Amino acid sequence: MAQTWIKMRRSWELYLLVLLPVLYLIIFKYIPMFGVIIAFKDFNVVKGILGSPWVGFKHFENLFQSPNFSVLIKNTLLISAYSLLAGFPIPILLALALNEIRTGFFKRSVQMITYAPHFISTVVMVSIIILMLSPHVGVVERIFTFFGLPTTNFMGEPGLFKSIYVWSGVWQEMGYASIIYIAALAGVDPSLYEAARMDGASRLKKILHIDLPSLIPITITMLILSLGNLMAVGFEKIFLMQNPLNLSTSEVISTYVYKVGLLGANFSFSSAVGLFNSVINLVLLIAVNAIARRVSENSLW
Amino acid sequence: MTTNIKSRGQIWRASASNATKIREPFGDRVLLTGIYLLLGVITLTVLYPLIYIFSSSISSPDAVLAGRVWLFPVEISLRAYKSIFQSTQLMTGYYNSIVYTVVGTFINIAFTVLMAFPLSQRNMPGRSILMIMMMITVFFSGGLIPTYLLVKNLHMLDTRWALWLPGAFSVFQVIIARTFFQSSIPTELQEASQIDGCRDIRYLWSIVLPLSKPILAVMTLMYAVGHWNAYFDALIYLRSENLFPLQYVLRNMLILNAADPEMLANTAQSLRNKGFEEVLKYALIVVACVPVLIMYPFVQKHFVKGVMIGSLKG
Repeated sequence: MAQTWIKMRRSWELYLLVLLPVLYLIIFKYIPMFGVIIAFKDFNVVKGILGSPWVGFKHFENLFQSPNFSVLIKNTLLISAYSLLAGFPIPILLALALNEIRTGFFKRSVQMITYAPHFISTVVMVSIIILMLSPHVGVVERIFTFFGLPTTNFMGEPGLFKSIYVWSGVWQEMGYASIIYIAALAGVDPSLYEAARMDGASRLKKILHIDLPSLIPITITMLILSLGNLMAVGFEKIFLMQNPLNLSTSEVISTYVYKVGLLGANFSFSSAVGLFNSVINLVLLIAVNAIARRVSENSLW
Repeated sequence: MTTNIKSRGQIWRASASNATKIREPFGDRVLLTGIYLLLGVITLTVLYPLIYIFSSSISSPDAVLAGRVWLFPVEISLRAYKSIFQSTQLMTGYYNSIVYTVVGTFINIAFTVLMAFPLSQRNMPGRSILMIMMMITVFFSGGLIPTYLLVKNLHMLDTRWALWLPGAFSVFQVIIARTFFQSSIPTELQEASQIDGCRDIRYLWSIVLPLSKPILAVMTLMYAVGHWNAYFDALIYLRSENLFPLQYVLRNMLILNAADPEMLANTAQSLRNKGFEEVLKYALIVVACVPVLIMYPFVQKHFVKGVMIGSLKG
């Protein structure tokens, strides 16, 4: 005990350094966490968070009974699952392919070009989507017409919203997402390849029996993280891609929270929706992590 | 003698390449060709929209409206760019974005180092409590509304502080910095400096930070790109037009279709048609991406390094 005290006194400069970030965490992270109690209150601006009356689970009951509820959950889950199915394997394939070719001009160009879209802002990305898909002048419509395919107002078609969202996301992020797998492949012991070569393994065999197994730990980590975020569909891009025509398939929990809460000034109800969403995310994360720990040795904690 | 070695080297290299040619079986060559083809197609798919947008931005309005631009610019005209620089809204947005990015990134770096350095010191009591306190914020958060109410109660609504303080550091970056401090800076340096009477703050300032330039560069770039590309905080916290960052202004012009009258004012009436507005949008996209594009070739390797350090965890 006395020793800890001496150590603490010796580290006083470290505590001084960390003071500002800790204050930041308390003010900007922990106070809003406590502020979540407004989900169980009828928040009133005049009375403040503490003075507003408790109403128990009223807002949650309203949420579960509202006709929007099933649509919101369905859209959120479908968009997430679709993004995961398309967006998760493609970066791994890209990394495996890049790993097969020799370092040189071609490889460096492929990497440089495919990483680039990651740095395009959401606003610009959505603008690009809208411009390229716009009726009559958009290049996609012209390409479709050229090949004799049927065209439509792509952004106004509710059935196409998810595909546009997911594949533009793949276009933007596949290169950058592959970096982490490329890094993992770079760490594979070269003697494994030499041994495989001695045994006469083909390229495909080497990919299947050396590359893929060495990607498993990082893949599971990434998969747990993505599954844990299944209900947390990014607000920014969806919000910008929404228009009155596609709202039936594009309204997700986060955009609903923003509209009801900030635009409609319905703070308590909106907090309840947000809280419901984060609780589900947390449960998913813990569940997926537990499963991963049971079936393989890889888990987050 | 030298020629001898050289020629022997050539022979060796020639025989080696012959050997690989013989050993590379048919199936492998087919697979490799397939891989090259696949990568080529992917690269072209990524590249095409980027080239198309740039070409459209310097083509004539008529050509764009008539759908004559496919890959290369048609009837080159820079009028759209000229009118962009006449828009006060856009120029204010550009200026604001630079302010948000420079100050915001400085705050981010300061807070990240202040948090990460003590976390990297193994002999500081309470280190694990700090770590847990930080990690909890990754899994639990108050959410949008409570954070908004907090910013409102702090009277930061509609001020620049609302874009600087609520995201003062990212936990992910702190972990990267902490890992770097722990693994890449030899502990002998700290022991030696302690013997010379150097305390923690001085050690951080004179030894750790100068040795951490690569990781600081990566962090600066990650944070700066984040600030430059952000629009959501401006959307919820800002009301005054003179505070709007570029991305917010762009959203109004590109997605909500509210062009700045100033941009259309000096163009001839015949050009104030849909065609010119279309070209203007392409040019706006190019102008918004310029700072990131200029930076990109220089920093691409650093970004890769940043992701790699981050993936080590620990």
